[in-house]
Amino acid sequence: MNRTDVRLDGAPGLPAGREAVVGSAGRWRRRQRGERLMVPKAEFRSYYGLPVLNAPTWRAADIAGYLFLGGLAGASSTLGAAAELAGRPRLAAGLKVGAAGALGGSLYALIHDLGRPERFLNMLRVFKPSSPMSVGSWLLAGYGPLAGLAAGSQVTGLLPRLGRFGTAGAALLGPAVAAYTAALIADTAVPTWHEAYRELPALFVGSAAASAGGLGLLVAPAGEAGPARRAAVLGTAVELVAARRMDRRLGLVAEPLREGAGGWLLRAGRAFGIGGAVLAVAGRRSRTATALAGAAFLAGAVCTRFGFFTAGVASARDPMYTVTPQRERLAEKEAPR
Amino acid sequence: MGLDLRVAAEHGLDPATASGYDTHPPRMGFFTDTSVCIGCKACEVACKEWNAIPEDGLTFTGMSYDNTVGLGADTWRHVAFVEQPRRLGRQETHLADVELPAAVTAQAAGRTAVSLGMPESRPPDGHPHPVRDMEFRWLMSSDVCKHCTHAACLDVCPTGSLFRTEFGTVVVQEDICNGCGYCVPACPYGVIDQRRDDGRVWKCTLCYDRLSVGQEPACAKSCPTDSIQFGELTELRERAETRVRRLHDQGVADARLYGADPGDGVGGTGAFFLLLDEPEVYGLPPDPVVTTRDLPAMWRRVAVAAAGLLVGLVGVTVIGGGR
Repeated sequence: MNRTDVRLDGAPGLPAGREAVVGSAGRWRRRQRGERLMVPKAEFRSYYGLPVLNAPTWRAADIAGYLFLGGLAGASSTLGAAAELAGRPRLAAGLKVGAAGALGGSLYALIHDLGRPERFLNMLRVFKPSSPMSVGSWLLAGYGPLAGLAAGSQVTGLLPRLGRFGTAGAALLGPAVAAYTAALIADTAVPTWHEAYRELPALFVGSAAASAGGLGLLVAPAGEAGPARRAAVLGTAVELVAARRMDRRLGLVAEPLREGAGGWLLRAGRAFGIGGAVLAVAGRRSRTATALAGAAFLAGAVCTRFGFFTAGVASARDPMYTVTPQRERLAEKEAPR
Repeated sequence: MGLDLRVAAEHGLDPATASGYDTHPPRMGFFTDTSVCIGCKACEVACKEWNAIPEDGLTFTGMSYDNTVGLGADTWRHVAFVEQPRRLGRQETHLADVELPAAVTAQAAGRTAVSLGMPESRPPDGHPHPVRDMEFRWLMSSDVCKHCTHAACLDVCPTGSLFRTEFGTVVVQEDICNGCGYCVPACPYGVIDQRRDDGRVWKCTLCYDRLSVGQEPACAKSCPTDSIQFGELTELRERAETRVRRLHDQGVADARLYGADPGDGVGGTGAFFLLLDEPEVYGLPPDPVVTTRDLPAMWRRVAVAAAGLLVGLVGVTVIGGGR
């Protein structure tokens, strides 16, 4: 194809500028004084301190909110179905209705965050395993009607067989809905989100289980709260272990998880989680303490999701978190040679 | 698509072939030779004019002559200006100390004058006497979308709005983009961004409309020194190798290619650069990696976590018995 204006080297009419050899005039010096800098070399170099990456355009209220609501919905569907099988109807009913509510909130947040909300159906235009958002859209397209069916049948008492089908289907898809969001935000160039991809699925499902358990503690009568209490405590434990491992492994890019608004939120999330667990176990005979524990688990999950979201955005805004790990990676590659 | 591309790359396939084009023109790209960039910003202007990109703020940043700041939805070519107190190759700056008038020295009352970076110059009088610590070089570089071989924006786009053209470039279909914004944090170079009042994402198309009718992109067309060279990627890479060798021979030891290596984290870029300093000095990532490289590992961990959640939630319900 030579329709494009490709000019080969040496062709007549070539602008002389292309061949100009800059910096070749002058005396030759054995040592390039140019290598000396006036200021000592900083730990990393950047272009006027500007970020290398474009920060996510996602609004925290929408996307961090969705991370929380999606996790809550998915885990609640599964816990609700399990509770129904185990003969705890009021816990199951509360969780199924809660899951549908959280799903509604999720869909609102996801569509609200689009630059062109009226085109949200374009999400189902293709199926791409290389895009966690595409996979998630299809997951929600499958999970949504099932969770709606489960809750609708529960509330109205109509179509019990379809309701059971919805409950079972949502229970099977729920964990996928709760877990895929880890791949969703890890599959970006945002340093703290991407580098955390090993521990993030465990952190997110732990947080999802804690929030579903928290919801269960709020809606269940005293005699049925056992599974919710255990789910919340176990979820919190998984979340704490995953957060600890993440913090130890990440090195420099873990900094935004400790500092600033993100660090503050994540600490608050852990405090709520631990406080909720203590309250849930110690105050198991008190209806008030149990409800407070449930609220603490939910608040903890909100803080964890918003905290992790905020920390990632902060890591994208500072070129240090992009440049330094990449420099270290290059140094490692070159070291053995 | 992205996963297929990686397999394709191992077999040395062209990205257009790997994307399903049976017959297609050769892969086209840019070679931006920053050693001859004069910072005229003709590329920025030509790009804005040709692609009808809206104005995006008239500000003075104080960052040398760069008031464009960086690539984004409304900036598809960005000329970076870097001022450094070091010499460019063997170049003499011909800058000399200025003798201050006695009155000024008296006013300073013993305080020492400090270099402000751009000392006043004295016309060369035939006996240039470069002064220590007055060396200076000005690096200029026109940045653009890299049109990666493994393009993260393309991989993560959930609507299929971003696609691979027959020229091997990556283009947004604006009638399909729903503004989900996933490509924005996926890009390891910070190229693509969302236009706020419009909601959709925008970036360089490598002038897909011009290429389709045999024209070169507007920026390359307007570049007065051919710092931006457009052509077949294989030919551009050869040309760049020759150029970098020539500069090394002439004492410009800093010259290096960026994005020309098909073995790097993005499989080599369709738009690559000859730089005179480390990439991060120009605001470029030193070792970019396409984020979807780790996606299979992410999916495995997500599957394990989801299974764990299912088992865990059923488990906590069953084990408690009647409590």
